[in-house]
Amino acid sequence: MSTAVATPPPPAGAPLTKKVLTADHPTWCPGCGDFAVLASFYRVLEKLQYPHEKIVTFAGIGCSSRFPYFVNTHGGHFIHGRALPFAAGISLGGDDLHVFVFGGDGDGFSIGGNHLTHTARKNVRITYVIMDNSVYGLTKKQTSPTSPIGFKSKTDPWGALDQPINPMRTLLNSGATFVARSHATQVNHMTEMMLRAARHDGFSVVEILSECVEFFEGAFDAAIPRKGGHWVLIDEKKNDGSPEDAARHDVSDELAAFQLAGQAWPGKFGVFYENKTRRTKNALEAELIAKTREKTKGATDLALLQATFAKLR
Amino acid sequence: MVSPNTPEASGGASASAAPRSIKDVVIRLAGNSQDGIQAIGGFLARLAGRSDQDVMTYMTIPSTISGGPSIFQVRMGTGDILSAGDRADMLVAFYQHSYDAHIGSLRPGGVLLYDADHVKPVEGDNRFTNVACPITTGTIEAVGGTAKDKGKNIYVLGLIARIFDLEVAKLTQLIRERFGGKNEDIVRNALLAFDAGYAWPQNNLRDLFYRFEAIDRATAVSGRPQVTLDGNSAIAYGFLAAGVRHGAGYPITPWSSIMETLRTELPKYGGVFVQCEDEIASISTALGFSYTGNVAITGSAGPGLSLKMEALSWATMAEMPIVVVNVQRGGPSTGMPTNVEQSDLMQAIYGSHGDTPRVVLAPKNVEDCFYLAIEAVRIARAYSTPVLLLTDQALSSRIEAFDEPDLKALMVPPGPDRTERPADFKPYPLDRQTRHAPAGTRIASGKYPVVTGLEHDEFGHPTGSPKLHAQMNAKRREKIKALAATLPAPELSGDASGEALIVTWGSNYGPAREALERIRAAGVSAAHLHIRHVHPLPHGLEEVLARYRKVVVAELNDEGVYGFGQFATLLRARYALPSIVSTCKTDGLTFKVSELVAGVARHLGNATLEGLVSQARPSPLASR
Repeated sequence: MSTAVATPPPPAGAPLTKKVLTADHPTWCPGCGDFAVLASFYRVLEKLQYPHEKIVTFAGIGCSSRFPYFVNTHGGHFIHGRALPFAAGISLGGDDLHVFVFGGDGDGFSIGGNHLTHTARKNVRITYVIMDNSVYGLTKKQTSPTSPIGFKSKTDPWGALDQPINPMRTLLNSGATFVARSHATQVNHMTEMMLRAARHDGFSVVEILSECVEFFEGAFDAAIPRKGGHWVLIDEKKNDGSPEDAARHDVSDELAAFQLAGQAWPGKFGVFYENKTRRTKNALEAELIAKTREKTKGATDLALLQATFAKLR
Repeated sequence: MVSPNTPEASGGASASAAPRSIKDVVIRLAGNSQDGIQAIGGFLARLAGRSDQDVMTYMTIPSTISGGPSIFQVRMGTGDILSAGDRADMLVAFYQHSYDAHIGSLRPGGVLLYDADHVKPVEGDNRFTNVACPITTGTIEAVGGTAKDKGKNIYVLGLIARIFDLEVAKLTQLIRERFGGKNEDIVRNALLAFDAGYAWPQNNLRDLFYRFEAIDRATAVSGRPQVTLDGNSAIAYGFLAAGVRHGAGYPITPWSSIMETLRTELPKYGGVFVQCEDEIASISTALGFSYTGNVAITGSAGPGLSLKMEALSWATMAEMPIVVVNVQRGGPSTGMPTNVEQSDLMQAIYGSHGDTPRVVLAPKNVEDCFYLAIEAVRIARAYSTPVLLLTDQALSSRIEAFDEPDLKALMVPPGPDRTERPADFKPYPLDRQTRHAPAGTRIASGKYPVVTGLEHDEFGHPTGSPKLHAQMNAKRREKIKALAATLPAPELSGDASGEALIVTWGSNYGPAREALERIRAAGVSAAHLHIRHVHPLPHGLEEVLARYRKVVVAELNDEGVYGFGQFATLLRARYALPSIVSTCKTDGLTFKVSELVAGVARHLGNATLEGLVSQARPSPLASR
């Protein structure tokens, strides 16, 4: 057991720094891509400067899902695959909270696949970071929903047979209103993607390719230039009226996003899609409450329930 | 336009002189689900709630989506009505199939009232008073041809009102309230149908005229008005009173109406109810709400509860308050979804992986659904623990009248406690009760807590320490034991010691109380113990159980491989008394009083009692 406080606490309103935000030392293996994701997340929170107590970091189960222990914010570690519905409860139960969910490809696309679809379609205000390593790492090398065909694992020693999930297509199809893709070796890009996701009003997802050096070494080398790969960014439309702008990617164009998602491995990185018009469930529920209360003319809870019982007489 | 209430005032050309006094009556209405027979039952129940009578109903809903045979049974009378009644005193048969299926449920001497347009009773069967009434043509003549036979239910309501001398002014007021929102023609047609039904016995039935005994004013207590509602509504309103403003669920029979009510009501209270994609998401979302300091509810029926079990284990480990309703139905698997059973007890108490001490409460009747819902939320908050509210299909749809709750005294303010926590705040202190700091709460130390399903230290950080695991397991166990020490002694009625103790939980309360009366009337010393806090058990039960030769645990589940029902198994494990025996059944129906008497008689080896059961009890409506 650790003791409560060794250093004096920061005064209320003091800036959030990496030092303040650091909690337990990560349990990840040396060389794991997730370290870089954590470092980028500290930078994101340093830039956002939300009130400390309003930040919530949540996760399901997996290597990457240990994340909340390493970030000094309100947070928690739930059951496998169900962090999103839990986070939906946090977001809808505390509308002033900034809710971040971290998880892996198994948590998000396999056991939690149904929740991903429905949280996306409801557009609950949550930022979801999927640290995709294309392998089950915590359980030591089984095939994951994003393992490529032919990947040799303990459950497919002859090489994976099943078609993997295409994360971008899946997310677009679910109705996520912000969909982006990054790589754990690109700290600045990751930080920018997470920052934009956090600022998006709605369900925002960043998939980060994060290598598992123990069980799937070299999985994402195809996008690492120093290993001979190609790091190609999405050229976003600038709306500057220039002739070359016409060919650039319009992030509000769903069809164009699907086309990007269908590109050959390793594909492009950046924001695939952003829908700024669809309203969040948070806003819709708040409006429902406001309209309902208009009808009841702000009656007290007691008066409302008394009226209900009076009708049952 | 409505007939006055007393036959004398209606012009004198009327039924026989004085009505015969009866204590209570069981009326079974059998027709098709589209005939609106539930509405008749609803009107009678509401009327009883507004009168001096007590009421209890029983309903079957066809499991087909629309149409099909349906029944509604209502028992009304003077004094405490504890069960819906074993057999009917009056059967109203709308169709031949209604007659065929339900004539067996009519007590000898009872009244068979049938639609002469559709039903031909067996000739020469003189066990009953047969009344052939042209319900269909009578309704059409009254209302006019356009509405076809719509309104038959209200015509029958008129018939019943006349035969049992019910308060017409109150009934017509209920009809106006029910149909008043629609167009005035509907109200007028309904009243025409009612009048026609009310008038028919005067000209055709001279002897069938009853009146309920006047209530003993000394025993009619509270002075508060009566309210009439079903068990699921009572639970939903209990949650509102308890300050619950958040919930999540997935539809499943017979739980759905609770989530429908809360989805509709909560926005008025500034709350949110989320319809989720599945059962697991529902409990997860509810736990997320609780984590923000808004103690939330979810619920389901048996199969859905199974799906929630992993998250329930997390709630025990993370010490997160939540209330989970389980409306039990016939299982296993999809089983008999519109029938009653009490076979989820073990699942409720022990269903999860790992050691998961948690709280299970079971309401005894509709009124108790309201109060135990409030208590479930109170316990969840006070002990930071999951609480299961184990109700059943019979309670979910049964309508009862009870004293309107004193809401002013009961209302609990909602909302999270976000006051800043001191620097020594620990989410999981070993020496104190866990009190989470909801997300959004400042912690003076600047060190923020983690809620977790991993075994953890006092700050919520993962640990592999064997010592801590044992200590934390003990902490989670001891708080449930601390709750047990505060629980009130369960209700014991009857003899302080003797031959038999009937033990029940859940909706068996009413029939068991009636069974006790019959057993004691036969000269057998006996008592009835009803347990609402089924886990943990209240203190002091061992002394009570030891005072009877046989402890007969009556429950609606299978006797299992070893010959004992689920609660009996627990009681035997807990108290190690060989006198604990079981009376179980799984026919999907609530206990009949006679079945309970028979169960006790069998265990006592008491031939007199057994003889009592086989005696046919004539209906109080029988002609003298």
